Amino acid sequence: MTRTLRLGLAAIAAIALAGCTTMRSPDPRDPWEGVNRATFEFNDGLDRAVMKPLAEGYRFVTPEPARAAVTNFFSNLADPWIALNQLMQGKVRLAIDDFARFVWNSTIGLGGLIDVASDMGLPKHNEDFGQTLAVWGVDFGPYFVLPLLGPSSVRDATGTAVGAFAYLPWQIPKWADFNHRVTWQWSLSGLDIVQARAGLLDASNLLEEAALDRYAFVRNAYFQRRRFLIHDGDPPPLPADKQSGVLPAVAQQPGASLAEPVPAAASPDQPVRAGQEAEAEAVPPTQTESASTSRIELAAEGRTEPTTEVAPPAMPAVELVDPKVPANYPAVLAADSPRAHAAR
Amino acid sequence: MTRASSFMLFACLLPSALAQNIAPDALVKSVTQDVVAIVKQDQDIQAGNQKKAVALVEEKVLPHFNFSRMTALAMGPNWRKATPEQQQQLIEQFRTLLVRTYASALSAYRNQTIEFRPLRPGAAAADDVTVRSEVRQPGGEPVSIDYSMEKSAGGWKVYDVAVGGVSLVTTYRDTFTNEVRASGIDGLIKSLADKNRQLAAKAG
Repeated sequence: MTRTLRLGLAAIAAIALAGCTTMRSPDPRDPWEGVNRATFEFNDGLDRAVMKPLAEGYRFVTPEPARAAVTNFFSNLADPWIALNQLMQGKVRLAIDDFARFVWNSTIGLGGLIDVASDMGLPKHNEDFGQTLAVWGVDFGPYFVLPLLGPSSVRDATGTAVGAFAYLPWQIPKWADFNHRVTWQWSLSGLDIVQARAGLLDASNLLEEAALDRYAFVRNAYFQRRRFLIHDGDPPPLPADKQSGVLPAVAQQPGASLAEPVPAAASPDQPVRAGQEAEAEAVPPTQTESASTSRIELAAEGRTEPTTEVAPPAMPAVELVDPKVPANYPAVLAADSPRAHAAR
Repeated sequence: MTRASSFMLFACLLPSALAQNIAPDALVKSVTQDVVAIVKQDQDIQAGNQKKAVALVEEKVLPHFNFSRMTALAMGPNWRKATPEQQQQLIEQFRTLLVRTYASALSAYRNQTIEFRPLRPGAAAADDVTVRSEVRQPGGEPVSIDYSMEKSAGGWKVYDVAVGGVSLVTTYRDTFTNEVRASGIDGLIKSLADKNRQLAAKAG
């Protein structure tokens, strides 16, 4: 394990040095672009050689309902930590909701295999300790591509490391002191990684098609995605951003940086607390049909429309950047490696 | 049934020639319904038939997008440095790329459900609104899809789509800026054209 790791690190270092010479446009949020690009390439190579084929194999041999159950199972194990992060961010109501999700799904949802809570009006949320740090006022920090794990930042990587202690597929076998504990830990975590990657196959194929420079594409998407998550899906408009709808396309000044808000302008990264809960609750109630009954719900002013089947015709490419996916794995390795256990 | 909802229903039935009279959220909803209904019945598209998917997007979705605005936004300050011919080429290539990507996304369709969220207060009077929708899928958190739309003579047009908080236009901006800095506007046009050729070759 250590040997491979060391080899990997050496490889990263080597590519990093090479990468420095091909530095492109400096982005103030990405001061380590040379190294980051190299790590990105390394991760990408590893993904192509190992993770993607594994995920494709997994998708090939498992029927769709089984995959959904596996996804639900790991999603359920993440909910207590999500609830705790809600609490640490002061969102008591949502913390209770997310804990309730865990309770219902673990019991009548057969140990998490079925997501009954979503059908009960308790939708899944996305929280992690990096977001909690952001709510506490910690800046994004420099963009940082983690080996194996992918896009992150100094703040979010810290969050990932802390989150590793709450990564239940690793911790439960340890706490429960199962026989073959280490085998359980690696099997569960491994399955989780593979199933998570499988869930991203469509999105990553899309990214492959859509992006000219995948590094810049993913980096930018990561910034946007994190900001969106920190604000629980309702970020305030950026100054001078087209999102604000103030600037017509052609009216932009040549110099007025249409460019992204510089990280230094940390303010957009800090959530506005007031009304956060209200916003979350404003989300239309979840429908109570099973997932197979597709329907559209028009929640205009509380009224609902008759239903129709509908799907999203838009690109889910961003999901690839969803930090939730790889968030725990690396830190698991760092914080609590099997070797550490063996040594005990 | 309330007045508003009967209006929506009525709006959906209107031919697209009358698109300018349709409220932006009703427009997005009806186009979405149309497209999904077709994809659900079309085995070829589900199996990944690119040509058919592209044709569908061009017929049903394309008319409701303002690609010049999208391209201008993605170009940022460099847009004004481009000659009209270059601008035309950029729009053309960017549109081709987006249509193709959009078409691939369609074939990845599973049994998701979509909900539309109410427009923000005051949006009715504005000429620039965000239509917010949320896709729910088994075993995952809901993914938001937001359409930024502006009123034009030809009805409401989409000029940006944000999935899960990630805006298409903003995401392309870095890449475009880099390409222009490295190899000029013609370099960017060439990169886009190469990419499109490559994708077309792959689709067969």
